[in-house]
Amino acid sequence: MSLNRRIPPKRLDRREFLTGAALLGTLAGGLTLSGCAVSDDSPPLSGNTLKLGMSGGASSDSLDPRTYMDMVPICIGYQLMNGLVEIGDGGEPMPELFASWEPNSDAREWVFDIRRDVVFHNGKTLDADDVIYSLNLHRGNTTSASKVAVENIRAIEKLDAHRVRISLDGGDADLPSTLADYRLLVVPNDFSDWANPIGTGGYKLQHFEAGVRCITVKAGDYWKPNAAHVDAIELLVINDSMARINALISSQVDIINRIDGRTADLLKRNKKLQVVRSQTGQHAILAMNCTADPYANNDIRLALKYAVDRDRLIKTLLNGYGLVGNDQPIGRSNPYYDADIPQHTYDPDKARYYLKRANRDSLEVELKVSEAAFSGAVDAGVLFQSSAAGCGIKVNVKREPVDGYWSNVWVKAPFYASFSDGRTTVDAALSKAYKSTSATNDTTWHRPDFDQLANAARGTLDPIRRKEMYAECQRLICEEGGAIIPMFIDHIEAGTTRVQGWKPSAIFELMGLRIGEKVWLSS
Amino acid sequence: MTRLFLQRLWLGLLALLVISALLFFATNMLPGDVAEALLGQQATPESLMRLRETLGLNEPAWLRYCHWLMRVLHGDFGNSLASGRTVVSEVLPRLGNTLILASLAALVAVPLSVGLGLICATREGGVVDRLISLLCVLTISVPEFFLGYLLIGLFAIQLGWLPSLAAINPGMSLGARLAAVALPTATLVLVVLAHMLRMTRASLVSVMSAPYIEMAYLKGLKRSTVILRHALPNAAAPIIAVVTLNLGYLVVGVVVVEVVFVYPGAGQLLVDAVAKRDLPLVQACGLIFAAIYVTLNVLADVLALVANPQLRHST
Repeated sequence: MSLNRRIPPKRLDRREFLTGAALLGTLAGGLTLSGCAVSDDSPPLSGNTLKLGMSGGASSDSLDPRTYMDMVPICIGYQLMNGLVEIGDGGEPMPELFASWEPNSDAREWVFDIRRDVVFHNGKTLDADDVIYSLNLHRGNTTSASKVAVENIRAIEKLDAHRVRISLDGGDADLPSTLADYRLLVVPNDFSDWANPIGTGGYKLQHFEAGVRCITVKAGDYWKPNAAHVDAIELLVINDSMARINALISSQVDIINRIDGRTADLLKRNKKLQVVRSQTGQHAILAMNCTADPYANNDIRLALKYAVDRDRLIKTLLNGYGLVGNDQPIGRSNPYYDADIPQHTYDPDKARYYLKRANRDSLEVELKVSEAAFSGAVDAGVLFQSSAAGCGIKVNVKREPVDGYWSNVWVKAPFYASFSDGRTTVDAALSKAYKSTSATNDTTWHRPDFDQLANAARGTLDPIRRKEMYAECQRLICEEGGAIIPMFIDHIEAGTTRVQGWKPSAIFELMGLRIGEKVWLSS
Repeated sequence: MTRLFLQRLWLGLLALLVISALLFFATNMLPGDVAEALLGQQATPESLMRLRETLGLNEPAWLRYCHWLMRVLHGDFGNSLASGRTVVSEVLPRLGNTLILASLAALVAVPLSVGLGLICATREGGVVDRLISLLCVLTISVPEFFLGYLLIGLFAIQLGWLPSLAAINPGMSLGARLAAVALPTATLVLVVLAHMLRMTRASLVSVMSAPYIEMAYLKGLKRSTVILRHALPNAAAPIIAVVTLNLGYLVVGVVVVEVVFVYPGAGQLLVDAVAKRDLPLVQACGLIFAAIYVTLNVLADVLALVANPQLRHST
């Protein structure tokens, strides 16, 4: 799906520092000891206004899907518009505006059927021209950040009013999942009034104030069955984590996103709240430039990989809300994850062994970190420093400003903290950061044999053969790549127990950011 | 008097011109440009080049400054690079929100602090004076965001009287609006109270020990007349200066309070704009903030002149 790496919002450090202390104070009153509330199986209830308090919006947000970079505009986009393909609860591609699809034998040509019963908010019936126009917004001469995701598309042909054929440069057995990218939303042919998007979604825009508030109201009959239950959705942008939690506890909002592991346990103790945890494949990265000294030597890279105390990172930074990473980007929940690759653990003997193989007794490296990379990156650097010291490796942690981190440090520094969101396809995860052709290769790892293998796997329709090939890709990155991936980070969100029908996300957060049309409120 | 006023005004305008140049070139020296900020991690050299061309970022800085200044003088601040909307339409509603909050806080804080300062000065060393001084030191020692959290913890979470989100919307009734901004207003009042109160007290106390005050008492004037007619005008200049300084702070320095209470003010807009390298917006906000500051300072000078005839003659 998307090739976006989310840039977490900046926070003022002193507030962060006080979060824990202040939380205790604010929570103390309304708390009783109890487990997390679970939603029951009553049928969906319509009516009510759903109030979302979300981090991930800014005054500069626009509703033009080409500009989506953070959670709030995406969440609004999914209220107003539909994608072509939806990602199901298990991460599998599901029909949305594309009703069904069929690849040819080498997965280079796909025919998609478009739903016939879908009408835009302006009364126009959805057809192939709308789909082609909407896809072309991200192709060719465009500033869309999803350009890379659809670069593989060579041509889109209209077969009839409700069928299109998409031809690819290289085969892609996962094309439907690729097309589930959150920026590939469908608008009418030639549409360009982005201040007031016309879509086929369950809700119409009533009020939008960038970075502050958005109100959408039900758009009448929605084509999607069992969706769009609430009458209206009010989304408030609350980037400060304490303010979000306060708003939830004082019942001013029903749902909030981005809760850190330490706070989650406190919220769980409140009887009126539920906490939802998703494992979506987002992970922390400590990236080494494979062409820079001393990281060009794979023994040095392996020594550093064995010098990370992954369990301690997860315990300390995430309060256990995460999974151990094995220096490759495919998470355990992904069907292509290969569990047979030996896990890299904290092993000072092995680290010293690889140092010796690189003809070194000791090593001194500089790691650049910033909260811009991921929340807790600075602490991660310090923890790495102390575990590496036990392996004869001296890590100098250099803290970089949040502002400008992605332009000044990312891919430019030889060793730095980075981050990746979960992806809908293995290929998206691999091509963005590990193929030599990628301009956004964190580790400057150039391996033509890997590129070939990954591209061949992408075009292989046979699932068993494909799994073997992707396993080999994971093994190559794990054992020879330049990324230390110590942990996969859970998404944690919370809401009042009034919210029903809420499930963990397969991708991103808040049910793949489609929570607006999925949940309902008990009265 | 008029000459003095015009002189102050002229100096203010000159200061603004210098600030505009500083603003423009300083924002241009920020690492990374708006194209990089907009594209984030997605930036590829070709998409960067294309975006820079569309945004006109390839011209030299001095030329862009001249163009920009000319447009600003015609009231045109340009379009926000990030959202494409006009800067004026972005800034005005936010500035309005900030001004509402600032005026409310000022309405409470200024009379309160000057009044309390008067009481302290007249009862110098007494129990009331010490108690108020102690409270002042407490509120000024605690960072404003923490004061905000304390108030939220008490009034929004524990007692449930007031909302913790201060967002005001066009459709709200006056009562609901006042309830919404009550906590941030209280926070701001507590933040600026101490400074103004202490200055009122200090300058009054020093004036009260002057020989002419003793003279006034000796010729049998009432205590209130001595304080209001003889002491206060002479102590006014530093008080007015501190009050305007704090008013300026209420308008331009409350971003932390805005964040804590999720109040959509101009400070948050400025912070977002800097993060996105949205230079037209940053420059416009900076210039407006500077203009407010300069205006308040000119006003302070003029008011001091009006309040105290001595100053008029000595300059």
